[in-house]
Amino acid sequence: MSLQSVLESGKFVITAEVGPLKGTDTTEITEVAELLGGRVDATNVTDQQSSVMRLGSLATCYLLKQKGLDPVLQMTCRDRNRLALQSDLLSAYVLGVKNVLAITGDLPSLGDHPQAKPVYDLDSVQLLWVIKRLNEGYDMVDNELKGKPNFFPGAVVNPGADTEAAFELQLIKMEKKITAGARFFQTQAIFTVDTFAKFMKRAEGFSTPVLAGIIPLKSAGMARFMNKNIAGIFVPEELINKMATTEDRVRTGIEIAANTIKELKGMCQGIHIMAMGWEKRIPAILDAAGL
Amino acid sequence: MILSKQKPWEEILSYLDGENNVFILGCNGCAQASGTGGPAQVEEMKNKLGEIGKKITGSAVIDFLCEKALVKSRLRNKVEQLEAADSILVMTCGVGVQAVSAAVNKICHPACDTVNLGGSRGEWRGSERCLECGECLLDYTGGICPLTACTKGLINGQCGGASKGKCELDPEKDCGWELIYNRLKGLNQLNKLRRFIAPKDYSKMMPDVKIISTSHWALERTDQKEGG
Repeated sequence: MSLQSVLESGKFVITAEVGPLKGTDTTEITEVAELLGGRVDATNVTDQQSSVMRLGSLATCYLLKQKGLDPVLQMTCRDRNRLALQSDLLSAYVLGVKNVLAITGDLPSLGDHPQAKPVYDLDSVQLLWVIKRLNEGYDMVDNELKGKPNFFPGAVVNPGADTEAAFELQLIKMEKKITAGARFFQTQAIFTVDTFAKFMKRAEGFSTPVLAGIIPLKSAGMARFMNKNIAGIFVPEELINKMATTEDRVRTGIEIAANTIKELKGMCQGIHIMAMGWEKRIPAILDAAGL
Repeated sequence: MILSKQKPWEEILSYLDGENNVFILGCNGCAQASGTGGPAQVEEMKNKLGEIGKKITGSAVIDFLCEKALVKSRLRNKVEQLEAADSILVMTCGVGVQAVSAAVNKICHPACDTVNLGGSRGEWRGSERCLECGECLLDYTGGICPLTACTKGLINGQCGGASKGKCELDPEKDCGWELIYNRLKGLNQLNKLRRFIAPKDYSKMMPDVKIISTSHWALERTDQKEGG
């Protein structure tokens, strides 16, 4: 079943994220694809995540498709102008990639090529609007397409914004993204259920499915690093202590992720697991969460 | 010198929709030289707005509206006229609009698009405030430019990277979109943020060939033409 039909069926949706590596070795992607097949409804492929140069999202999505998974092409506005974005979208569609997650993208200065010229010709809201236009059979300047795609576009939102202004700005932008065509949302990682509940109270009214982001903790150090460096992520001290004092970090990390999933389950339409190198442990997390 | 051109009349009118009392500001510097916001254009704008029933609560033409300190001191004797206005129509480059926005707690509408500059960033020093994009957005963003105030130059709202009101790139730098949010909130204009801003026409940022051609280059061409 495609991501779209699973979402429309009202079933609790599970998506996971795969990050391609730097280079042409695709062994790990193939292994992960085999492990995830049958366990997740769709698999996102990151687009040079954190502005670190890697194998491309489109090629990786194609490989996953060959393996029978439903890929979600993550597409940032960081590296391509409007010509390249539209052209790559059409290319994706002819390769059978239907789901697109429109993202603005991290700044190049945060990655491994800080000298790069950032593009940002379009932003995520405008990219969604462009996808909508392509679906209608036109490019963004109203030229007719010969053969039109039928994309299923999604977007991201950060429920953990830490100021009143940022919280409201996230909701305003979420609404703009829906108007521009977003059919589902995947969120930044959630560790505090209260924060997510507060966000969903406002976002529920938009009637667009939200998949809550889950990052399994690998260590206390990782949790502290994310608290310090990643906007919207807040790992409470209690969880950091659990990771710091456990004798089996893997088991505890999986347990914490599974518990969070159980708590979030009633509040949203699904979850999105960003395993950050722990892709092979996703089945264990799902088992522990009873999914 | 910063070159500007007046926005289309319909666009200016759309900014003033629902506002009956307007204060008009011009500049004796570049805006006068551009023929967009000097004394003559301010006078003309007063008449045009008057004809369609807007009340002009006052006007002023200041030398270098891009100098924030100067704006404050020059407007000191206009406080009543400013207070009586629903908004201020600023007929200058984007730096002037932002200087007035920073000095006066009123909605500031840009009457001009800033086209390009000839080596100057205005007299309000300290940071780059105007990219001369040729499609001024300051009306939607409370007089704070998203192209310069946001590190990514996002025009449809904040990215997910802000933390405690600061930019993820630099914890010392305020998130431009939070500044815009707080400004618009203070002016009861948050609805402006709901508007979809279409992709920009970046060709408007490219300098006109006439401007980038040097006099030497021009001379060579003339020679060639005459010689041919």
